[in-house]
Amino acid sequence: MEDLVMSTHPRTALITGGSRGLGRALARTLAAHGTRVVLVARGAADLDAVVAQIRTAGGEAYGIVADVGDKGAIYPIAGEAAALVGEIELLIHDASDLGATPLRLLLDTECEDFARVLEVNLLGPFRLTKALAGPMVLARRGTVVLISSDAAAEAYPRWGAYGVSKAALDHLGRIWAAELEGTGVRFVSVDPGEMDTRTHADAIPDADPATLAAPEDVAGRILDLVTTPGGVASGARVIASAWTPPAGSSARSTCGVSP
Amino acid sequence: MTPAVGGRAVGDVRLLVVDPSTGALDDRRPDDLVSLLTPGDVLVLNDAATLPASLRGVAPDGAPLELRLAGTSAGGFYAVLFGAGDWRQRTEDRPPPPAVPAGTALRLDGGLAARVVGVSPLSPRLVEIAFDRGGAALYAALYAAGRPVQYAYQRAPLALWSVQTAYGARPAAFEMPSAGRPLTWQILLALQARGVSVARLTHAAGLSATGDPALDAALPLPERYAIPPETVARVDAARAADRRVVAVGTTVVRALEGAVAARGRLAAGAGTTDLRIGPGFVPRVVTDLLTGMHVPEESHYAVLRAFVDARLLARATRHAETAGYLSHEFGDLTLVLRRSAAEPGYDAASSSRRRCRKRRTAGSISSPIARSYVSEASVFRPRRARRSARAAQ
Repeated sequence: MEDLVMSTHPRTALITGGSRGLGRALARTLAAHGTRVVLVARGAADLDAVVAQIRTAGGEAYGIVADVGDKGAIYPIAGEAAALVGEIELLIHDASDLGATPLRLLLDTECEDFARVLEVNLLGPFRLTKALAGPMVLARRGTVVLISSDAAAEAYPRWGAYGVSKAALDHLGRIWAAELEGTGVRFVSVDPGEMDTRTHADAIPDADPATLAAPEDVAGRILDLVTTPGGVASGARVIASAWTPPAGSSARSTCGVSP
Repeated sequence: MTPAVGGRAVGDVRLLVVDPSTGALDDRRPDDLVSLLTPGDVLVLNDAATLPASLRGVAPDGAPLELRLAGTSAGGFYAVLFGAGDWRQRTEDRPPPPAVPAGTALRLDGGLAARVVGVSPLSPRLVEIAFDRGGAALYAALYAAGRPVQYAYQRAPLALWSVQTAYGARPAAFEMPSAGRPLTWQILLALQARGVSVARLTHAAGLSATGDPALDAALPLPERYAIPPETVARVDAARAADRRVVAVGTTVVRALEGAVAARGRLAAGAGTTDLRIGPGFVPRVVTDLLTGMHVPEESHYAVLRAFVDARLLARATRHAETAGYLSHEFGDLTLVLRRSAAEPGYDAASSSRRRCRKRRTAGSISSPIARSYVSEASVFRPRRARRSARAAQ
């Protein structure tokens, strides 16, 4: 018998881009709360290190070395993940490709670089969701989190490929939410804000780290908004730092969340 | 019947509806399932995702072989071995595998290794193997080195992507549970909106051909299944209301009827069944069946015989051939569908037939084929397995 709060806490999660930055923080936070996590990343060394850390801390974690931008990797990811931890209840699309860095104007962007950004940031999440959301509908439960960016909403010069991919990702989530309304499967886009991660350093090398949020704090907040009953409606786009729990709910504070 | 070479596009799949209560044949499309079923009916899917179950390897003397995983055993897997060549040759034309007595070490693609644990007396092609690793490492190696099992009639190699249903979850099937391939979410969501319950179980569908007549006659081998509690509740509710329980695929028939045969009633949980279903078998749970277009040589055809009498099935098969229906796993569908008590035009005669059928099945299983239910280990015990193989013919 599970109580209401427990029933919203995922027993299993699949996190792409799980070896670094926000993905790693999400994996550690989820695992610390008892979720069996599967992490996907391209680099085996970073991935193995995170999996080892989580296991040392008493959590259950597995790593899958794969490129989410490769269509042929999708069913191996979905199949291995389900074989290792059971059906996936929480799918977090965190893997992102910035394109060529330093970031450049659209007129200077190679077509191949633009296509690669869309493969990783848009088609990868589409394909992996296509493989995993069907079983979620049959199970009548599941949450898909799409990690977005303020570059999806604002037209920043030099963020062309990335901004377009994230704007399309937001819309993908909205349409999916509309199509699967009433099935028990939720889609949420989250703008995590600016964080002290390698991706941020690659994009804006001269940013002052003191002005950036810690990925662990943002991860705790994302987990809160996903697991709080009534915390966020399917199809919503949420700015992590601006989210507050609905009145009357008891958001479980997972970390020292700063506003 | 002509195999669907290259595969019917999902949107072009045809559906032959066979009504055993009237003998009527009706040419329809899978989308028509939404209007053919009635609120309160339950459609049961096999949500097993398809594994890349074919691995290439070599025997200790360097002789090439192909290993097709066929099922899980207590200590590993059952596998069917083939000699040189690949799926491009018909299974019956493949050379036999090199002799691999128990203890033989097989080297497989991707650095994977396996040891032969036992050889079936049924056929030297059927072995039990243990891999050199388990858990995450085994799955990673399987997905890296394996490819989907496929047959020679398909001329292009199949991607793992193209042997999945739209709802497959746990990787448990060694071949695609293909009756569900044409079921789009458009259809499944529309069925749910209409009040038709869509339930699921997981059944580890095995191989459909091995190239060895003795082994083919023993198919399907024992297969594992798992039935969730909510599926039992939905099936029970449908039966209590005299609504249909429609199995999507012969694997779903085998799981549900196998569970009933094992425990005397439908109960949630996991198990292994080698129940063989054929003419004379009286289903106790499944009332209707959605399956592929099958020909008399296939074990699937025998399952159809449990739902349709021989004359009507022969007439349906002739009609399907004349009307250009396509067979095999990427082909068209057959739906054996009785008039429902919920529909106008449902007559008392067919109703009383249904009740008779229920009464008859309320007690113990009487058919000899149903009684051939044997334990998983029987694949490696020749006499009982051979007897059950004969019973199916």
